[in-house]
Amino acid sequence: MDISQYLDIFIDETKEHLQTLNDQVLILEAEPENIDTVNEIFRAAHSLKGMAGTMGFKRMQKLTHNMENVFSEVRNGKLNVNADMVDIVFKCLDAIEGYLNSIIETSDEGTEDNDELIGLLEAAMEQVSSEPAPAAAPAAEEKAEEKAAPAESGDKRKFLSIPIADFEKNAMTEAKEKGMNVYGATVYIQESCLLKAARAFLVFKNLDGKGEIIKSVPTVQDIEDERFEFDFSMFIITDKSIDEIKHAIESVSEIEEAVIEAYEIPDAVQETVAADDSPAGEEEKKTEAKGKAKTESSDKKAHAKGSKPVVNRSVRVDIEKLDDLMNQVSELIIAKNGLVSVAGDSASQDQSFNEQIEYLERITTSLHESVMKVRMVPIESVVNRFPRMIRDLSKKLNKEMELIMTGEDTELDRTVIDEIGDPLMHMLRNAADHGLESTIDRLKIGKPQVGTIRLDAYQDGNNVTIEVTDDGGGVDVEKIKRKAVEKGNLTQEQADALTDKEAIDLLFAPAFSTAEKISDVSGRGVGLDVVKNKIEGLGGDVEVSTKLGEGTTFIVRLPLTLAIIQALMVDVGGEKYALPLNSIVTVEEIQDEDIKYVHTKEVINLRGSVIPLVRLSDVLDIEPSEATEDVETGENGLIVVIVKKGDKQAGLVIDKLLGQQEIVIKPLGKYIRVPKMISGATILGNGEIALIIDSNVLV
Amino acid sequence: MDDMIQMDDTKQYIIIKFDSEQYGINIEYIDNIVRLQAITRVPHTQSYFVGIINLRGEIIPVMSMRAKFNLPDKETTNASRILILKMEGNAKIGILVDEVKEVVTLSEESIEKTSVESSDIKAYLSGVGKYNDTLISILNIGAVIADIDNE
Repeated sequence: MDISQYLDIFIDETKEHLQTLNDQVLILEAEPENIDTVNEIFRAAHSLKGMAGTMGFKRMQKLTHNMENVFSEVRNGKLNVNADMVDIVFKCLDAIEGYLNSIIETSDEGTEDNDELIGLLEAAMEQVSSEPAPAAAPAAEEKAEEKAAPAESGDKRKFLSIPIADFEKNAMTEAKEKGMNVYGATVYIQESCLLKAARAFLVFKNLDGKGEIIKSVPTVQDIEDERFEFDFSMFIITDKSIDEIKHAIESVSEIEEAVIEAYEIPDAVQETVAADDSPAGEEEKKTEAKGKAKTESSDKKAHAKGSKPVVNRSVRVDIEKLDDLMNQVSELIIAKNGLVSVAGDSASQDQSFNEQIEYLERITTSLHESVMKVRMVPIESVVNRFPRMIRDLSKKLNKEMELIMTGEDTELDRTVIDEIGDPLMHMLRNAADHGLESTIDRLKIGKPQVGTIRLDAYQDGNNVTIEVTDDGGGVDVEKIKRKAVEKGNLTQEQADALTDKEAIDLLFAPAFSTAEKISDVSGRGVGLDVVKNKIEGLGGDVEVSTKLGEGTTFIVRLPLTLAIIQALMVDVGGEKYALPLNSIVTVEEIQDEDIKYVHTKEVINLRGSVIPLVRLSDVLDIEPSEATEDVETGENGLIVVIVKKGDKQAGLVIDKLLGQQEIVIKPLGKYIRVPKMISGATILGNGEIALIIDSNVLV
Repeated sequence: MDDMIQMDDTKQYIIIKFDSEQYGINIEYIDNIVRLQAITRVPHTQSYFVGIINLRGEIIPVMSMRAKFNLPDKETTNASRILILKMEGNAKIGILVDEVKEVVTLSEESIEKTSVESSDIKAYLSGVGKYNDTLISILNIGAVIADIDNE
């Protein structure tokens, strides 16, 4: 069989399972008794093993198999979770990731056997036989029995342990009186089966015409949602023979076995008698039933908690196809803009024509929104690896710390998501290494022993803001200045003249690190400048706010999307330019006499704040034409677009406002040198090109 | 026509004309030839780039051959054309020329690898071909474009 076509799926799914494992093991470390988590880990490990086996990655399969065994024992309560074990498991996950990376690069898992890890896992298994965890022993045995039942020859008639309600009992008795048969059945599905729910559904469907299923455990709904292990039980009222029913069930493929027999209705009298006769057996039934109920309810709880929905109504699509779709939508918008401008120009103002144009406009806008939404990915896919990273850092740096994340469901365009991981990781490492004080120091100054790092993401208009906060020592401005002078970045005088904010901005200067000693976590001074470059490359910006002794916050602002934006179209000296709307604060009309001078630079005083003026015609090298002179002198005023970058503002002087428009950002091609203030170009409705001004550069 | 007989050692060239001189560009580079259209100026860019154009939704930078070769400036006319060249990686660039004359087929032997003593263009020539008694300087487009990257 040619497996290469499945490789992509294998890689994707392995990544998902690894992520689940990482998440769940982290939870397990905090709550070693959490049985939901253990189940989840077991399932993920089991799937990994199966997938690796199918793909022929034997080493990976062996490692996951050993891991699965350990968790199987944990699940059965024979093994207790402890710190050592968690460490081993994390190492295994890293090893599996190693296999995966090797597979991604070479389609081969490599030759690393990880015998040592397998040895450790086996050693962990040995503890099972030598010292069965005493505390959990009774529960363990009960569970073990439950688990062992399908595999060994034990009592497979699970339906015997199903509690029967009175009305069901009545139905059965009635049926028997009519000469119908009442059967109890337990159906076992092969453990290798991937579509359990579908198989179970077929079983029900086959039985549909043959009789009436009066009860099933788990419920039909749970079975449809695949919320069951590898067996389910039911009661059937039918006039058919046992063999016929058995055949109907077993004719469904991947059904391992159907245990079926006539069911003796336990009536009230019988029950009390039975209690006298064999109290033990009855009790067992009850506890088992209770155990089942418990797992069922906990299953439900897990579901309600929002653990992965079992039925995922989604399709995997190659990102290239989405990019194509996006390009075509862009073309459509340009064509639509063309129509709009023709409609605006033409003298014949046909009412119905204009209506259709408006209709088209609405459709393209919502089509665009839909395509954008398809491309939006929750940042969860990037940030979900961070808890594990912080845990490892905590051990490595020997500092106690916790990571609190909010807003993981905030969505960003795919292209942004792909790029944002590294900068965020860097900031978190920075917070852990430089931000937080050592545990001893924290205790000395009376801070909570455990340092807190927060990662908060939220949408803010057309931007997404991500904040990385630590409650550490904050940035020491004097220390930065000293360092800058030592390194020769600044002279003493220059350093003294810096404001606190300017000094903090030095953190983003290339090759600048204030860490006293260089660790392999951070401190080599390659970093924050790279972070800044990357974020600015994505059209965003980054800012720091810090308070000495209380902590530091890095604030990253990113545009929701890169391809299509709302822009204000302006005319400067007869040329058209686009200003992205998200950076515009207001548009003001300024009289000549309102312009003041500070250090020979033009500024205006706008409602209490002093804002520097930038004459676009100067920075864009536009020769002042007569027309512009006319505008300026004629009205004795200037049109100024106030733009912002963080909390800084600037006023851009333009000649004319042309209106707001949805524009498609296009690159200017490979060879031409583009100044920093131009972030791209866009094609207008009439085919003209307008350059897009990145006002961040001008502020 | 002689271009019907495509021999292994013959290549087709587009002949462009500056003043009295004719230059040949290997047709493999040519993606398109378009009439002069609105060119949008780009501030603070290389002096020989006249701006960008919109070619069916794609934005393409255009440089002036005259400026690049340090030839005296000349008004564009009705004969002016923009040759769209397709370079590796599907990157496109337009070159503004005075006039596009024709397509000719030259065999390898008819191109002399000697350099011509004339102006700055020299560095960009790969040889001189002879066609119907006229001399055609063969432009090494690769060298012209590579020169842009170096700036």
